[in-house]
Amino acid sequence: MTVSNLRKIKSLFMTLLMIASTIVILLPLVIIFFHIVKMGFSSINLDFFKHIPKPTGETGGGMANGMVGSLVLIAMASVIGLPIGIFGAVYLVEYGGGRFSNIIRFSADVLNGIPSIITGMVAYSLIVVPMKGFSTLAGAVALALIMTPIVLRTAEEQLKLVPNSLREASLALGVPLWRTTFKVTLRSAMRGVLTGILLAIARIAGETAPLLFTALGNMFWTSKLTEPIAAMPLQIFNFAISPYDDWHRLAWAGALVLVSFMFTISLATRYFSRQKR
Amino acid sequence: MGIKIKLQNLNVFFGDTRAIKDVSVDFHENMVTAIIGPSGCGKSTVLRSMNRMHDLIATARVTGSIIFDQEDIYDKNVDPVDIRRRIGMVFQKPNPFPAMSIYDNVIAGHKLLGSLKKQESDRIVEESLKRVALWEEVKDRLKTNSMDLSGGQQQRLCIARTIAVRPEVILMDEPCSALDPIATAKIEELINELKEQYTVVIVTHNMQQAARVSDYTAFMYLGELIEFDRTGKIFTNPDKKHTEDYITGRFG
Repeated sequence: MTVSNLRKIKSLFMTLLMIASTIVILLPLVIIFFHIVKMGFSSINLDFFKHIPKPTGETGGGMANGMVGSLVLIAMASVIGLPIGIFGAVYLVEYGGGRFSNIIRFSADVLNGIPSIITGMVAYSLIVVPMKGFSTLAGAVALALIMTPIVLRTAEEQLKLVPNSLREASLALGVPLWRTTFKVTLRSAMRGVLTGILLAIARIAGETAPLLFTALGNMFWTSKLTEPIAAMPLQIFNFAISPYDDWHRLAWAGALVLVSFMFTISLATRYFSRQKR
Repeated sequence: MGIKIKLQNLNVFFGDTRAIKDVSVDFHENMVTAIIGPSGCGKSTVLRSMNRMHDLIATARVTGSIIFDQEDIYDKNVDPVDIRRRIGMVFQKPNPFPAMSIYDNVIAGHKLLGSLKKQESDRIVEESLKRVALWEEVKDRLKTNSMDLSGGQQQRLCIARTIAVRPEVILMDEPCSALDPIATAKIEELINELKEQYTVVIVTHNMQQAARVSDYTAFMYLGELIEFDRTGKIFTNPDKKHTEDYITGRFG
C-alpha cells in the first residue's frame, strides 16, 4: 500500500468519524422533537388554544390561560429586566471603568449562575411573604432576576463590538455622550442586542422552578396581578404528574407548543443575525 | 490675520506618561497649519486635545491652556460639547455612519440633536455637499447608503458632515492617509478652499503634503515642539538642525 493510499484511507476514516459524531449529537434533538410532535400533535386543536383546562373526563379543555399567562409573565419580566440590563450595559461600556464596574460584572455573572429554584425562593421571600400571597408580580420578578444578567452581559458584549470610530464621529460633531450612546452606539448594536433579548426570553419562557412558589399556577383566568397566574411550564408539569390520561395528552400538546415557541425564537435570532448590510 | 487658537504650555499625561511636553504654538485664523513629525511624536495627541477628545479617556490628564476666542477651552465653565461644535474634526479613516444614507450623514450633526424642517435640512445638505464638490456626484442618490461611496467620496462626505454644523476650526487627523493619490489631490484642493472660511489644522506624516497644503508648519518630535514657522521657511531654511534632519529624511 502506497503512502498516499494510506493517507486517503485515514482521511476517509476521519471524515466518517466526524459525520458519525454529528449524527450522534443531532440524534437526541431530532428524537425529542419528533417524539413531542408524535405525542402532542393529535391533541392540538382550536380548543387547546381557546379554552382553559376542564376537569378530567370532559372534552374541550386547553391551555389558553397557560399561554396567555406565560406571555404576561414574559412581558412583565421584560419591563423590569430589559431597562436594567440595557442601561447597566450602557453604563459598563460607555461610562464605566473602575472598581464599581467590576462589581457589577461579577454580580451579573454570579446571578447568572444561581440555580433558578433559588431565584424563585428569593422572589418568594421578597414578594410573596410581604404580600401574603402568590402572585403574577412575584413570578415576573423571579423571571426578571434570571433575565437581567443575560441581557446585561449580551448587551455589554454587543456595545463593545461597536467600533470607537463611530462614537468619535458623533462626539466630534458636538453631540453629547448620552445622545451619542443612544442614537448612534446603541442603534448600531441593536441587532445583536435584540438577539440577546430573544435568547433571554426563550430562556425564561421555559423556566418552571422559579414559578413554583411565586406565580404558583392557576387553573382559571387571572384578573389581577396580585393573583397567582398560569404558565406553560407549570401547567405542563401539573398535567404530566396527574394520574389522568387526557391531561397527559394535554401536557404533550403543551410541550409541543412550548418547543415550537423556542424554535420560532431561534429562527428569529438567526434571521436577525443574518441580515447584514 | 489674528490668532484663532493659542496653545500655552500644553502637557498631556496618560497615566504617568507625559506624552506632550510643554507645547506652545499659535494657530492663525483662516490659515492651514500642518503638524508634522515621525510616528509617535504626539501630533494626533495635540490635535485631539484641541477639541477635548481626551476627556473620554479615563487616564488622560491635560495641563496648560488652549485659548480659543479669549477663553481657555479647559476652563471649568466651558462645555466640551460646545467646543466640539465649534472645533470640528475629520479622522484618518473615513467614518460615515454606516446605517445612514448620504443625506442623513451630512445632516447628522443637526439630526442627532433634534429635528429640522425638511426645507432647512435640504438646504444644509446641498450647501455642504457643494462645498466639498460632492453634490454633482451624489445628488441623484442622496438616500442611498453612505457605505456605497468610494473612500475618497466617503472622506469628502465626512468633511461635509463636519462643516454642516458650521464650525470655526477644522481639525484634520491625517485625512488622506487611507486614500489613493487622486482622492488625496481632491481633498488637498478642498483644504485650500476651506481655509477661506475656516481655520484648518492638519496632522500629516506626509511631508510633501504639508509643503503643498499648509501656510504654517509645526514640527514635533517625541512630544515636544521643535520648530514652528511659515511652511516655506521650514522646508527651505529651517532654524533647527533637527528639523533639517527630518525634512531631508535623515530619520523618520
